[in-house]
Amino acid sequence: MTTTTAPATPAVQAVPLLEEGTLFRFATAGSVDDGKSTLVGRLLHDSKAILADQLDAVTRTSQERGFGGASDGTTKIDLALLTDGLRAEREQGITIDVAYRYFATDRRSFILADCPGHVQYTKNTVTGASTADAVVLLIDARKGVLEQTRRHLSVAHLLRVPHVVVAVNKIDLVGFSEDVFRAVETDVLRAALELGVGDVTVVPVSALDGDNVVDRSARTPWYYGPALLEVLETLPATDEIETGLEPFRLPVQLVLRPQGALAPGVDAGAFRDYRAYAGQLASGTVRVGDEVVVLPSGRSTTVTGIDFAGTQLHEAFAPQSVALRLADEIDIARGDLIAAAGTAGEPTRDLAASLCWLSPKPLREGAKVLIKHGTRTVQGLVRSVTGKLDLDSFTLQAAPGLELNDIGDVEIRLAAELPAEAYASHRRTGAFLVVDAADGNTLAAGLVR
Amino acid sequence: MSTEAQAEAQTAREAASSEGAHRARALFSGVSKRREEVAERRQGATQRLAQLDTLESEAIHIIREVAAEFERPALLFSGGKDSVVMLHLATKAFWPGKVPFPVLHVDTGHNFPEVLAFRDRTVERLGVRLVVASVQDYLDDGRLHERADGTRNPLQTLPLLDAIADNRFDAVFGGGRRDEDKARAKERILSLRDEFGQWDPRNQRPELWNLYNGRHTVGQHVRAFPISNWTELDIWRYIERERIELPGIYYAHQREVFQRDGMWRAIGEHSQPRDTERVTVRTVRYRTVGDMSCTGAVLSDAATVQDVVREVAASTLTERGATRADDRISEAAMEDRKKDGYF
Ligand SMILES: Nc1nc2c(ncn2[C@@H]2O[C@H](COP(=O)(O)OP(=O)(O)O)[C@@H](O)[C@H]2O)c(=O)[nH]1
Repeated sequence: MTTTTAPATPAVQAVPLLEEGTLFRFATAGSVDDGKSTLVGRLLHDSKAILADQLDAVTRTSQERGFGGASDGTTKIDLALLTDGLRAEREQGITIDVAYRYFATDRRSFILADCPGHVQYTKNTVTGASTADAVVLLIDARKGVLEQTRRHLSVAHLLRVPHVVVAVNKIDLVGFSEDVFRAVETDVLRAALELGVGDVTVVPVSALDGDNVVDRSARTPWYYGPALLEVLETLPATDEIETGLEPFRLPVQLVLRPQGALAPGVDAGAFRDYRAYAGQLASGTVRVGDEVVVLPSGRSTTVTGIDFAGTQLHEAFAPQSVALRLADEIDIARGDLIAAAGTAGEPTRDLAASLCWLSPKPLREGAKVLIKHGTRTVQGLVRSVTGKLDLDSFTLQAAPGLELNDIGDVEIRLAAELPAEAYASHRRTGAFLVVDAADGNTLAAGLVR
Repeated sequence: MSTEAQAEAQTAREAASSEGAHRARALFSGVSKRREEVAERRQGATQRLAQLDTLESEAIHIIREVAAEFERPALLFSGGKDSVVMLHLATKAFWPGKVPFPVLHVDTGHNFPEVLAFRDRTVERLGVRLVVASVQDYLDDGRLHERADGTRNPLQTLPLLDAIADNRFDAVFGGGRRDEDKARAKERILSLRDEFGQWDPRNQRPELWNLYNGRHTVGQHVRAFPISNWTELDIWRYIERERIELPGIYYAHQREVFQRDGMWRAIGEHSQPRDTERVTVRTVRYRTVGDMSCTGAVLSDAATVQDVVREVAASTLTERGATRADDRISEAAMEDRKKDGYF
């Protein structure tokens, strides 16, 4: 045990970010040893997100462990140490659980979900991808596209992550060969095409040396595209793409009806009968005067006010958290969905869905589970498992059930109606959790078909 | 895969291996068509929330979820900036209603007097109930013993867990942020704790979309971290934007200090210099408030919130590294305490 005084390494200047920008969330994926930790460490390091004291600690540890350094022979720090968070991981030298990192450039602030690459941890990729605007998928240039790569592409596609950025790593170990890169690129694009993955960018990088990570490299003169970070700085975020296109949806979290329990300073006379429905817009835009429908009851009404902590708004858009006042006194409670009139389908008790099975406890037909959709939780019975996705052929194969890391299609009968919509067109209102009724654990990520 | 697509892929593959990728890629009409769609949709996009508004909305959503799904939540409130921001977000979440849960302070007995006064004023102003769990009580009746190094941060665990059990709190809001250190980076937004308050990092529930699963059994409780995704700079910019009041020790002031372990320590009832440590008057401020005996000040002229925002933006030390003596003990310090039920 030691205590240290001033850092021994020169201080790294953090990027001052005084202008407020926007957020961009991305997840990393890859197989073990593809260099994911190194790449993340490199992004953090080169974007100056690593502060002097962290760098100092990592430099010390790298030296203690006799880290070999970069392929150009200069002694460098083991960048992977910057991101391996938990002790067990440090001891075993593998990344176990999703870790979140934060860094900013002068264009954007990033939230990075660093997802472990171990085969049995596909669950982490699903977790990271569910909130991501982009997935950065690592491939070892020497190994090319592996089953794990296809699995990750398929997860990114299934979860409708808007962009996939493929980093073909360790390009230094194949002599910066264009031929090798092109072959990998072609395989990636082909797999993406088969799956229907939309936006794919492929970048040759060396995470260890930094080529094409933050700056374009002179060692890949045949590559004309942007460096990885430039790609991430310019891709549109999910809500940018979707907010304007999808119709308005707001799952009701709570009914705000303070009556006697008003906040100090609030005019008791004016707010005695206040009643509003609090929630975060899942999609779209809502304006005062808009016709809305409340689901599953199907009652229609008009928005008379949009409140946010004492401010009245004319309109709100996703993902704002607000409270809506409505014209008619209709019975609305937590779990209801308020939607733009004429845009929502009929609520249903029969759910056809794809599941990413995330639990070691397998799924069998006839299982009773809980379904958490928006702010509502209902019981469900898994009537049938239609099939399991085969990742080589991308087709459904008959299967008796789903095991950990399987992706498959199921039919679920619900105890009560849900305003479920297709995930492909409604990322928020098409998503649900499958929860174990007995121990409360999350069993699967569900996507309405 | 259709034979047509196969043929197309094959053509593209051949083209790619002989020519530049930009051309190969163009052959994948499927891929490039989707690209155009995305670009088009981007142009159609009307507006986008700025960073602080996105974070604020996310935090309010989490606070409301927990208030709706749990019977007896409480919010950890120390008077420190993260807990002050969290309480501010809670007041916004339930307006025009009062914050519908109490705040809980684990009092080390080593507090800055300014911070305690601020705590009491804030609670009074918002009309919320304050529950105090006192480390000093535990030391007085022998349930806890003072540590050799005098630090009381690790002693907070037991009084915290007892307060949770005694008050039957089933959810506790904490101001932890994932950017604080490597162990916190793996924390979920809703984090399940067992009967002993322990966190099991290898057995966390996957957290998908913004659907939080807070189901728990008797004896378990959940820690909720609504500002998980905020960085220190976000916190300060939000304090500036919302004009949130903080204890005065966050801003530059003159103070009698001495140096120990490379940190500036304040002189106070529980923090006295040794014979060899020279006392001087410096202009300092604090970046975290905690146990006065182990929280260090930084030399700073940042007297206003604008100054602090500028300073934090240009800072080269993470806040805990710069100011908390006990975190320097080992790289895994935070993880050990978390497993133990610390915040
Ligand atoms: N030569 C070379 N080695 C690399 C590169 N990226 C990572 N490595 C090495 O590959 C090994 C695995 O990297 P790591 O980041 O731990 O992989 P992870 O399991 O995907 O997180 C380590 O020894 C790295 O130093 C690279 O671009 N070039």
